[in-house]
Amino acid sequence: MTTETSQSGSGRFSAFVPVLLFAVLLIVFAITLIKIGSNRLDIREIKSPLIGKPVPAFDLPSLNQPGARVSNAGLSGRAYVVNVWGTWCPECRAEHETLLRIAKDGQVSLIGIDWSDDAQLAQRWLQQLGNPYEQVASDVEGQAAVDFGVYGAPETFLVSADGVVLHKHLGALSWEDWQKEFVPLMVAAAKPVAGSSL
Amino acid sequence: MIPEIGHLALILALVMAGLLVFFGLLGAWLEKVTWLAVVPFAVAGQWIFVATGFGCLTYAFVVHDFSVAYVADNSNLQLPLLYRIAGVWGAHEGSLLLWILILATWTLAVSRLSGGLPDRFRARVLGVLGLIGFSFLSFLLSTSSPFLRRVPVPDGADLNPLLQDPALAIHPPMLYAGYVGTSVAFAFAVAAMLEGRLDASWARWTRPWTTIAWVFLTCGIALGSWWAYYVLGWGGWWFWDAVENASFMPWLASTALIHSLAVTEKRGLFKSWTLLLAVSAFSLSLLGTFLVRSGVVVSVHAFASDPSRGIFILALLGFFILGSLLLYAWRAPTLGSEGGFALVSRESFLLMNNALLLASAGVVLLGTLMPMFMDAFSLGKISVGPPFYNVAFLVPTLPLILLVGVGMHASWKQAHLQRVGMRLAVFFAVAAVLSVAALAVAYGSFSVMTLLGCALGLFIVVSSLSVPWKKIRHRETLSRSVLGMCIAHMGLGIFALGVTVAQSYKIEKDISLAPGESYLLAGYRFSFESLHDVTGANWDGVEAKMVISAADRRVAVLYPQKRVYRVQRNPMTQAGISVGPTRDLFVALGEQLGEERWSMRLQYKPFIRFIWIGALAMAIGGLISVTDRRYRRPAAKNPGLPGGLGVAHDN
Repeated sequence: MTTETSQSGSGRFSAFVPVLLFAVLLIVFAITLIKIGSNRLDIREIKSPLIGKPVPAFDLPSLNQPGARVSNAGLSGRAYVVNVWGTWCPECRAEHETLLRIAKDGQVSLIGIDWSDDAQLAQRWLQQLGNPYEQVASDVEGQAAVDFGVYGAPETFLVSADGVVLHKHLGALSWEDWQKEFVPLMVAAAKPVAGSSL
Repeated sequence: MIPEIGHLALILALVMAGLLVFFGLLGAWLEKVTWLAVVPFAVAGQWIFVATGFGCLTYAFVVHDFSVAYVADNSNLQLPLLYRIAGVWGAHEGSLLLWILILATWTLAVSRLSGGLPDRFRARVLGVLGLIGFSFLSFLLSTSSPFLRRVPVPDGADLNPLLQDPALAIHPPMLYAGYVGTSVAFAFAVAAMLEGRLDASWARWTRPWTTIAWVFLTCGIALGSWWAYYVLGWGGWWFWDAVENASFMPWLASTALIHSLAVTEKRGLFKSWTLLLAVSAFSLSLLGTFLVRSGVVVSVHAFASDPSRGIFILALLGFFILGSLLLYAWRAPTLGSEGGFALVSRESFLLMNNALLLASAGVVLLGTLMPMFMDAFSLGKISVGPPFYNVAFLVPTLPLILLVGVGMHASWKQAHLQRVGMRLAVFFAVAAVLSVAALAVAYGSFSVMTLLGCALGLFIVVSSLSVPWKKIRHRETLSRSVLGMCIAHMGLGIFALGVTVAQSYKIEKDISLAPGESYLLAGYRFSFESLHDVTGANWDGVEAKMVISAADRRVAVLYPQKRVYRVQRNPMTQAGISVGPTRDLFVALGEQLGEERWSMRLQYKPFIRFIWIGALAMAIGGLISVTDRRYRRPAAKNPGLPGGLGVAHDN
């Protein structure tokens, strides 16, 4: 009501408030667009704080071999890919073909973390669809998933030979994603090692 | 040949829009009467050429012209005719053309149906609409032409399967009609600010247009929600998705505008407030357009985007919103009000209603833009989801619902609520007691929030019904605008009841079943009888037969489907739903787990229909109030009458 009745200085000023608020919004939009345009921001990606950090420690029971364990300690010294999945997740079904192709390609070993899942269902899934994993850990309680900061299955992490997380992919992985995101990183990480072995 | 004609038609439409802006705005400013005579022809020309362009694109879809890139990307030889037509607005370019066609139609309607407006004012309104048309046509032609040719392919890539549904075929036109309709109120507001004059007749001209746009928006949002409920497959009806929010914010602002316009018409108050709301409603529509088409948010609805489009829409957004807000800052302080009102009066209830509606729009805006804001200033990543909205949105909404029930009974200028207060208190008590009894009998237990939601919902329904009831008993005339208001408010009550009960007592269960097995949920036995293959025009799938029985009596047989569209290969669920007045039973097929075993989601959704029935009642109420006698009266007969004096008795 004050703006209605008063024609004083404050009324004039308050009439400018919407302009100022909107100007701020415009700036935010412009920055966002520029960042997206210059590839400095991918809105689909929720950046994992893990990248460049050591892989979270995990030590879980194996899904397929009773009594065996799957742990980061047991994998150190070689690069590997961690894939978090579950039989309850439709996207995991969608990316399964890609995983099989990666396994067949044989460049790197795939470690599966079966997240809050029923072990029998998971075993049947792998029997029916084929098992792309070198080892599969059963994370019934979801502890490892929390440590990996999993936002929603499937998620795929690339871990270097010295145990550092190099990359994280959110959602179903396609062969194109694999070629574009993972392969260059693996090639780059492998170079010094290849050089020293010569 | 046809696509080239379409392209040419759109260029001519751009020329027509340019003429409309030139002769409309400049003619009104320079007071050249002869220039104004061009305006109606430019409006008609713009419509004819846009419609021609739209027709050509539709034709290209119908005859499978896969040499047109847009058709090749969004259609397929096997696509049924209905979806070939709906495919026209299935992606960015065509839906933008639909947006423009609807704008041209609104412009034509204003030109044809506003004979009573003063010539200069009408020219300004149409000129502003022409400016919007001109901007969007240049956007379409420069970045998003749907008529570009490509080396022809034998078959197209098919329409996004999510869009192959009857409700979704009409959802975008409905929603756009509402979205774009806010441009009419915007044009009226800008024209009034350009003239520096705003009186009750202005509000009376603006009101029906605003209400009709609001009705479309209401229906469009409700259709979208209904579609999400049965197609997305998981039984939710609102997801607080960025793009859903983008349609909801203009709705909240238009709702506030409708109420504020009522005060401006009847009492000559809230003038600058009304202007600001008219500008805001359209600004939020444009903001929605920007969010959907620029690729700055993650959403199932967002179109594939490229940055040049984003920059172009941002420029449009900046031009229209900054321009109109600056005009507002310049003009609004000079608009005086006529008279005041007491603290307890319908005016102050409506002012509170406005404040609360804007607060809820603010909550939605904050939640939608916060992740982007954090990104822009590199403050880290957050994602804002339903838990935020479900709590934050209720804070302004619950008092709003209470105020609706009370405010309807307050009279203008100064209300004596002690007279009606007693009755309202009785209504509320009755609503509360009824809620307690009904909830206890039907569901056994309830929480405080559930009780509050039910009592408030029932209270508005009773309170809304009592207005016409009283008028009829006292043999007073019941104007259509009052009747419409009561029906719309009753719709809000029904909606609130539906939301409260559905959210409080829904039961969802994810299970795995093989044929022959059954599961008991909420007293209903869901028996999985058999599974068989089905095929549609452009998809293959499986269909389960689910028999639902209660106390050994067969209640329903449902056939939920899981489809795979042949070209795009993505799976789609088609839920099986048994509809009932007091509950929906819902079965969605999940994944195949074994030979015959399937994961399924079973749901019991009490009173969920009330959500859409309530929305429908709101829309019907809006429609009824638009047919009120006073909007049909030619305004030319009482030129310049201040304060809408002739209608003061209406309420």
